[in-house]
Amino acid sequence: MAAVLETKALHKNFGGLTATNNVTFALPAGARHALIGPNGAGKTTFVNLLSGVLTPTSGTVYLDGTDVTRWPAHRRADAGLARTFQINQLFADFTPLETIVLAISQAKGLATRFLRPVGTDAGVVSAAADLLQRLTLADVMHARVGSLPYGKQRLLEIAIAIASEPKVLLLDEPAAGVPESEREQILDVVAALPGEMALVLIEHDMDLVFRFAKSLTVLVNGGVLVEGSPGEIVNDPRVRQVYLGELHVEGFSQPHAGGALG
Amino acid sequence: MTSLAAGARVATADPGAHLVAKARWRWPEFLLWLFAIALIWLAPSRYLLFNEIAILALLALSIDLVLGFSGIVTLGQGAFYGLGAYTAGLMAKHGIGTFPWSDPLLGLLGAGLVAGFVGFLSSFLVLRGSDLTRLMVTLGVALIVQELGNKLDWITGGADGLQGVMPAPLLGLFDFDIFGRTAYLYSLSVLFVLFLLARALVNSPSGLSLRAIKGNVIRARAIGIPVERRLVVIYTIGAAYAGIAGALLAQTTQFVSLDVLSFEKSADALLIVVFGGVGTLYGALVGSIAFKAMYDVLASATPEYWSFWLGLALVLLVLFARGGIIGLLTALRDRLDRARSARA
Amino acid sequence: MLTILFDGIAYGLLLFILAVGLSITLGLMNFINLAHGAFAMAGGYITVIMVHRFGISFFWSLPAAFIITAVLGAFLERTLYVQLYDKSHLDQVLFSLGLIFMSVAAVDYFMGANQQIVNLPPSLDGRLQFFGASIGYYRLFVIILCSLLTIGLQLVLTKTRFGSRLRASVDDQRVARGLGIDVSRIFALTFAMGSGLAGLGGALGAPFFNIDPTFPLKFMIYFLIVIAVGGTTTITGPFFSALLLGVADVAGKYYVPAIGGFIIYTIMVAVLIFRPQGLFGRVTGR
Repeated sequence: MAAVLETKALHKNFGGLTATNNVTFALPAGARHALIGPNGAGKTTFVNLLSGVLTPTSGTVYLDGTDVTRWPAHRRADAGLARTFQINQLFADFTPLETIVLAISQAKGLATRFLRPVGTDAGVVSAAADLLQRLTLADVMHARVGSLPYGKQRLLEIAIAIASEPKVLLLDEPAAGVPESEREQILDVVAALPGEMALVLIEHDMDLVFRFAKSLTVLVNGGVLVEGSPGEIVNDPRVRQVYLGELHVEGFSQPHAGGALG
Repeated sequence: MTSLAAGARVATADPGAHLVAKARWRWPEFLLWLFAIALIWLAPSRYLLFNEIAILALLALSIDLVLGFSGIVTLGQGAFYGLGAYTAGLMAKHGIGTFPWSDPLLGLLGAGLVAGFVGFLSSFLVLRGSDLTRLMVTLGVALIVQELGNKLDWITGGADGLQGVMPAPLLGLFDFDIFGRTAYLYSLSVLFVLFLLARALVNSPSGLSLRAIKGNVIRARAIGIPVERRLVVIYTIGAAYAGIAGALLAQTTQFVSLDVLSFEKSADALLIVVFGGVGTLYGALVGSIAFKAMYDVLASATPEYWSFWLGLALVLLVLFARGGIIGLLTALRDRLDRARSARA
Repeated sequence: MLTILFDGIAYGLLLFILAVGLSITLGLMNFINLAHGAFAMAGGYITVIMVHRFGISFFWSLPAAFIITAVLGAFLERTLYVQLYDKSHLDQVLFSLGLIFMSVAAVDYFMGANQQIVNLPPSLDGRLQFFGASIGYYRLFVIILCSLLTIGLQLVLTKTRFGSRLRASVDDQRVARGLGIDVSRIFALTFAMGSGLAGLGGALGAPFFNIDPTFPLKFMIYFLIVIAVGGTTTITGPFFSALLLGVADVAGKYYVPAIGGFIIYTIMVAVLIFRPQGLFGRVTGR
């Protein structure tokens, strides 16, 4: 199965510090993949290299077979690579509707229109309203994003990423900082994502990981420690050693039934 | 200006209509433009002043496009203003009587093209670096252009200025009379047309993507917006607008002096936008009126110390009234709206 | 030509002392303070008042200028500037621009708009011949004093606890606070020191510059060039860029007076195009 997102020997140094260590990685279409590792393992750096926020010191990144290593972030986004950020990156003074209308317009190549006001393209508006409806944001679609509660903002962060119907979605800790009462909504949204979309979930929360991931990559000190299915990873002694004392031991010894492990 | 409740009703009904409604013309806008036209009959002795204000407003508008909607802090707009002024001035001076060189509208076109072109070339400078770097680069370019203007006095007339600028009658019909009536109508019309275009741009999907760049450039890139390309375009448009403002000055005053290139001009226009309200378009218009009025009043009272009051106003503005005049008016309107719906 | 070089170095060192406070403030507090030149102007006028009105020796005006402007700086920082640390760069530019306007007008009102001539102290009047170069005693004095100040500054930054706290705060404010460093106090002290140095520079430069109320505006450009080209992450960056600027300006005005300020602006724009972080700066997040 051809990989929709791939890296070969991807490497990133910051001065004397190696943040990403020779990572070779392949993501098939429709994947449900998680990237885990202890704090400081370089997960977010890796995602930044994938999405184009950072340029690698060496190595290559391929999107759908095309070498995108030198491509800037916006070009990769246009080619179908979307992401959410660990800390929400939203337009505080926009409304959710404006945000999604913009994302969809850009994806459809309509964002350079300059004469008619925003909102006159019925197709774009209804697609945006539908998406917001699906993500339970319809009732706040005209509110100022900066004034929304954190959980709603986090949902919008996901909405804006999927608005362009990307081939690959990188989710950086989607439930981070979200109050307990609102986590289910986020998890439901992630579960309902289209099957053809390849997902990479960066997570600390093993609940989420075992619920959604069919495959895992464990990153330690910027390099890949091991890859495999959740069952394999859980029983890998090296992984246990790395995580000893870092996490709920339960999360490892009793994987969730009915989740992606099936 | 629908109340919150009415807004909610529209929202559930038709989200598209709600968005479009934001771009609708509101009564204060009509009022402002009608008033501007009415001045022709209300104050016929002050055409020259109104002409100045209209030109200043256009320059301030060019800065608002660049600063208010794209977040580029620039001190260099004066360079484009000056380039436009000299282009139109030279066209009118050396093309006396020969169509098309001395036709005022073509002069505007020429000025816009020249200023826009130089803006395009220099736009790459403002894409890189921090706020301070951009500030310094735009300032540096403006100062270089100023020096060039000084040195190339065989073109620009140097310190004596460019004299003998004689534009042909507007549309072949209207002479530029000494009272400035044609001048004012001309400048006002050009301002109005360019304002309409700017207003349409700002409310369009293009404008939305510019505001996104200003609001959160990381997210803008992450959804595919080619940030650099968009900034180059808006910077070029801003330069063209400033150039056209300069051309209006040259044509309506029949003279171009070196201080069109001065840093002080750029700074004044920036202050006008800030006082009026950045990112509102109308801030540029309202700000120029207020600025000229303030200047007239304060400068005649204490001429040397005009800058003290300006400085104080600036400090107070930053601390307490960051939205400028439009910001204060908007806050007032919101408070009245709330009071009204509370009573209802 | 050696004379020109020498004069350029003196001018450059003086520019460095004037601008270093601004560089540190920008690097530390991420605050664009255009009003920095006003402190230099204050220093100049303090010298003028002390020497002309009170007949005090020029040498006493130097520490006086430093202390008075440092105190003034600390006061303004705690009362006004502190309210603007979270605001955008544009706001800071506007605010400090407003302060310059106010101070320029105030000085004009109290001291008049004329250029103030300060005569060289008699002990430093005169020139000495050195390998074919004619070097003024005062310029020599400026070079020695500024060099000592620079060395002292570098020592403070690298060898003292205050210095390491300052550098930590410049590097990463949040982490520094987390380590228990009183960042607000560092800000106040640094701002005071920077303003004091500016005041001292203004006093030292008074015999050269013929101080008048437009001084902050005229020199703002020079300070900003020094910092934009030198970067704000070190003080060696501004040091070398100030020297470069000083020599280029003096040489330019002597050899090709027709071009004048042109050269400086062109160099600056060229540098910033190729290295937006300045000649010596690191590329930081901002």
